[in-house]
Amino acid sequence: MFHIYCPYCEELREEEEFHPKGEAHIVRPKDPEACTDEEWGDYLFFRDNPRGIHHELWVHAVGCRKFFNVTRNTVTYEILETYKIGERPTVTAEHLAGGDKQGNVQVASGGQQTVGASGAAVASVKGERA
Amino acid sequence: MSDSTATRANVYDVRPKTEVPAESPLAWSYHTSGRPSVSQKSRVVLRERAMAGHMILRGGAIVLDEAVRGVLGFGLPARPNTLSLSDDGARSIQWLSPDEWLVIVPGGEEFTLERQLREALGDAHYAIVNVSGGQTLLELEGDKARELLMKSTPYDVHPDAFPVGKGVTTVFAKANLILRRPTETRWELVLRRSFADYCYRWLLDAGAEYAIGVEK
Ligand SMILES: [Zn+2]
Repeated sequence: MFHIYCPYCEELREEEEFHPKGEAHIVRPKDPEACTDEEWGDYLFFRDNPRGIHHELWVHAVGCRKFFNVTRNTVTYEILETYKIGERPTVTAEHLAGGDKQGNVQVASGGQQTVGASGAAVASVKGERA
Repeated sequence: MSDSTATRANVYDVRPKTEVPAESPLAWSYHTSGRPSVSQKSRVVLRERAMAGHMILRGGAIVLDEAVRGVLGFGLPARPNTLSLSDDGARSIQWLSPDEWLVIVPGGEEFTLERQLREALGDAHYAIVNVSGGQTLLELEGDKARELLMKSTPYDVHPDAFPVGKGVTTVFAKANLILRRPTETRWELVLRRSFADYCYRWLLDAGAEYAIGVEK
């Protein structure tokens, strides 16, 4: 039994009711005609695969059938928060690493150690968000 | 999109006056799987409320609420996963998603209701779809009804988690359906036509140990 908080149903639901849909917050280029092949290919096909904090799009397929966002730790599988479409994540890799971006090294593995300490994130998973 | 396509819909009476044979999605199941009769030993009783009018309303909550209040005399449920009922309990509106509600009325009322709602909604941005032919409603009663549900769905049906007036779309026997609890003792299952036979046979199988009976 693994429960996910649906921000639209406003309650925890069985994992079986959900489907993951890949990386979240991918913005469609405003003017596709003006894109280079590389830019358009990047938009269509290329996705980040971080070790640690990942923002994902999920759908409550057997429920309200709405898409929403999930901040998930790809190392521990822990879901740190769920939030509606159009909202921004409150838990990010930068935030968990104390705002320190370590060059071009992904900070996710550093952030991972502070995952359990994020009270706000835990609260949102338990459905205690306002 | 031009105004005419956005605001005008062809509305068909799917129950014409002439005699056209119509069957519930479970007609075939009754024929092939039978209907165990209700006995003294039955601790779960199943009853189909066949051929009811089912309608999907989509749009903004405020404008739809005003329209259904005017036409039906009661409003949309205020919270997610809840149900609002008319005083006599014969008509209901259920929250399905933030912009989607299921209205169930006694069979035959849906055509008039749809026209009245369209009139009340005017130029508002909304959609009404008559889905009566696509699904059916089962009622489940008896002191073991909750146990039967516990065997079938991962959703928590304990009274603390599932009070009267709640309704959810959820997993049921690896298929899915709408599960709702309009009164203290009665559970309702809204089945899609394509899942109806499977779910019916599942219910008979799961209910066998409670001597499940099917009322005609
Ligand atoms: Zn949901």
